[in-house]
Amino acid sequence: MSPAVTTSSEATERAATGDVSSATASAAASAAAVAEASGPQTVTMAKALNTAMADAMEADSSVLVFGEDVGRLGGVFRITDGLMATFGEQRCFDTPLAESGIVGMAVGMAMNGMRPVIEMQFDAFAYPAFEQIVSHVAKMHNRTKGAVKLPMVIRVPYAGGIGGVEHHCDSSESYYAHTAGLKVYTPATVADGYRMLREAIDSDDPVMFMEPKKLYWSKDQVDLGALRAEHAANASAGSSSEGRAAVARPGTDATLIAYGPSVPTALAAAAAAAEEGRSLEVIDVRSIVPFDDETVCASVRKTGRAVVIAEAHGFASVSSEIVARVQERCFHYLAAPIRRVTGFDVPYPAPKLEHYYLPSVDRILDAVDDLQWEN
Amino acid sequence: MTISADHEAQGLADARPDDLEANDQASEVRRKFGISVEDYMLPARHQIQMVDPSGTLKPEAEQGTEPGHEYPIPGDSELMAAYEQLVVGRRVNDQNSALVRQGRMAVYPSSHGQEACQVAAALCLREGDWLFPTYRDAVAVMSRGVDPVETMTIFRGDWHGGYDPTKHKVGIQCTPLTTQLLHAVGVAHAAKLRGEDTVVLAMCGDGATSEGDFHEALNFAAVFHLPVIFFVQNNKYAISVPLSHQSVAPSLAHKAVGYGMAGERVDGNDLVALLAVLDRAVKLAREGSGPLLIEAHTYRMQAHTNADDATRYREDSEVAEWTAKDPISRMTSYLTDRGLLDDDGSTRIAAKAEAVASQLREGLGEDVPVDPQNLFRYVFSTPTSQLKEQSALLADELAREASSQKEAGK
Repeated sequence: MSPAVTTSSEATERAATGDVSSATASAAASAAAVAEASGPQTVTMAKALNTAMADAMEADSSVLVFGEDVGRLGGVFRITDGLMATFGEQRCFDTPLAESGIVGMAVGMAMNGMRPVIEMQFDAFAYPAFEQIVSHVAKMHNRTKGAVKLPMVIRVPYAGGIGGVEHHCDSSESYYAHTAGLKVYTPATVADGYRMLREAIDSDDPVMFMEPKKLYWSKDQVDLGALRAEHAANASAGSSSEGRAAVARPGTDATLIAYGPSVPTALAAAAAAAEEGRSLEVIDVRSIVPFDDETVCASVRKTGRAVVIAEAHGFASVSSEIVARVQERCFHYLAAPIRRVTGFDVPYPAPKLEHYYLPSVDRILDAVDDLQWEN
Repeated sequence: MTISADHEAQGLADARPDDLEANDQASEVRRKFGISVEDYMLPARHQIQMVDPSGTLKPEAEQGTEPGHEYPIPGDSELMAAYEQLVVGRRVNDQNSALVRQGRMAVYPSSHGQEACQVAAALCLREGDWLFPTYRDAVAVMSRGVDPVETMTIFRGDWHGGYDPTKHKVGIQCTPLTTQLLHAVGVAHAAKLRGEDTVVLAMCGDGATSEGDFHEALNFAAVFHLPVIFFVQNNKYAISVPLSHQSVAPSLAHKAVGYGMAGERVDGNDLVALLAVLDRAVKLAREGSGPLLIEAHTYRMQAHTNADDATRYREDSEVAEWTAKDPISRMTSYLTDRGLLDDDGSTRIAAKAEAVASQLREGLGEDVPVDPQNLFRYVFSTPTSQLKEQSALLADELAREASSQKEAGK
């Protein structure tokens, strides 16, 4: 039993009084080593996510990381690499191989003062936990009129583009977004990997944290020390980028609305369009729930044209919802119907077929061409 | 001390004779549970029954006990406190069923006939412990000290729950079967990580043992060696489906051994035996035994709910057989014979039960005004912009409706 593990309120008090236990202090030292190299560095999204968890665990001893293979192995994608070694087996540990058990146990831990950050190994492996997520994670706060908060993060590596076998490439975000009571985040950049995971862990509401697995090894020049400082400043000011969409590339002629794994594709399409003299703005949705109508609609009102891009099947999906919301709010600004480029309404295909299924630069540019430019 | 099938426990079966401490531990385990690891994990060959249906204390040799499974009779004051809750519990069940017939409540899954299980599950715990009930466990929730009207709010129709689970350390009355067992495991795990000696008792029924979460919860609790007592009320039916369609295990308590935990079965209509078995289970769990599985044999005397017709799937003769095993009449005889209960005591307890019943009649008879804005208030800690928009939409619609009604009234 580790006396170092406390409830989050206790941890805050301790941090405030500078009373840090030796276990936490050594964890802090190792996390500080990561931070030492200041200035922009080449960082992968995997590293950004890993650092976000390490920093959150260092800041608050009620933050626990568990799931399948997340301990000694560091996760099948190595996103939890080193957390067990740094924080001990009480704070980062492997569970029996049962997803409903992982989520259900996290519910109980969150009820009793912890902030669990749990990993579902792959999108489609999370389905056994669906009942716990929909019937309890999403509803506990509401049915108890806020008496029970569930500050937990369910990390889901999702979507395709990695040549994965069946059940390893689903875009499952629409199931969660359709469930009232869940926040649904999905980062598309390395910096957002850090920023958004810290915000998710800080959230008193449960967050489905959808990680585009094809972007795990994407790299960017990122200053993790600066992001850490930004998080601390936001936390003390009570402000953050939580729930906000971002303009990933400014433009004037049409808006591409994308999230997660589709953002880099949309950016590539915008770059290609620029060569043809068309200026496309790219909006990175970031947070599916809550949805930032303001940022999305401001862009569409400016450009008058929009294409929504998502890997998931288009039917009854997040992309359908975005189209509906935008046309309800921006109808009189639109020069053409909003188009969508999504996965087809078929089960996620085998590796040799997936490039036909996934939204591509060509499909996006074709959709842009169809936006009634003659009007 | 460890009694689950982890490495320490395996050592207990053949403790080194030169290691006095290990020897003591081994004999302690033998005294408590039997003679070997496998033996103490298996339940006794028969259910533990201490007081028979006529209210007579059975001779020790006939209590179903075997070496390691003997239980002392609980103390007089504990028995009397439990008896009082038992009588109140029966009154609560019958009052609630009447309120459903009168249309004051949508539905009530009654635990009529199972009150001894309800009372024992609540009374075996300390203040800091947690209870995780199901929808049929309202009497257990009240026995734990939750306000009767707050307990029944879930069935009144104005909100999906009426009490603060953290205040009473009682989970929500869970409807999806066995999902709450995992919450119990999580609460116990968090407490263990903080070094607290919390015990958690999680309830479910016989049908629920078929659910996947039953398996996952028992396995997680065993692997993480957590102080959780899984308390199965085997009332013989899952709505209409008899136990034989759920499981062909020798008993539900036998399932424990597959997880490396100890199991026991007990007469679920014998309050004395229930208290004895659960008290010990709580004590062992608190001392570090790991999880335990207790199966109580009882009977759902009434239909699943008022919407169900039990005559379609079971014989009246079977119900009559169980009427003779009623938990209250046997306890009344037993306590009267022992001189613990007299007419004054009975009158006092009946008055208490009547007071709770009238509290329920008043609380549930009241037309509680509902606030439509509550729809949006509690979905998240802070409402999203989407919810704010929808809340304004509904408020506007209701305001216009009210003003047009006012106009029409003029």
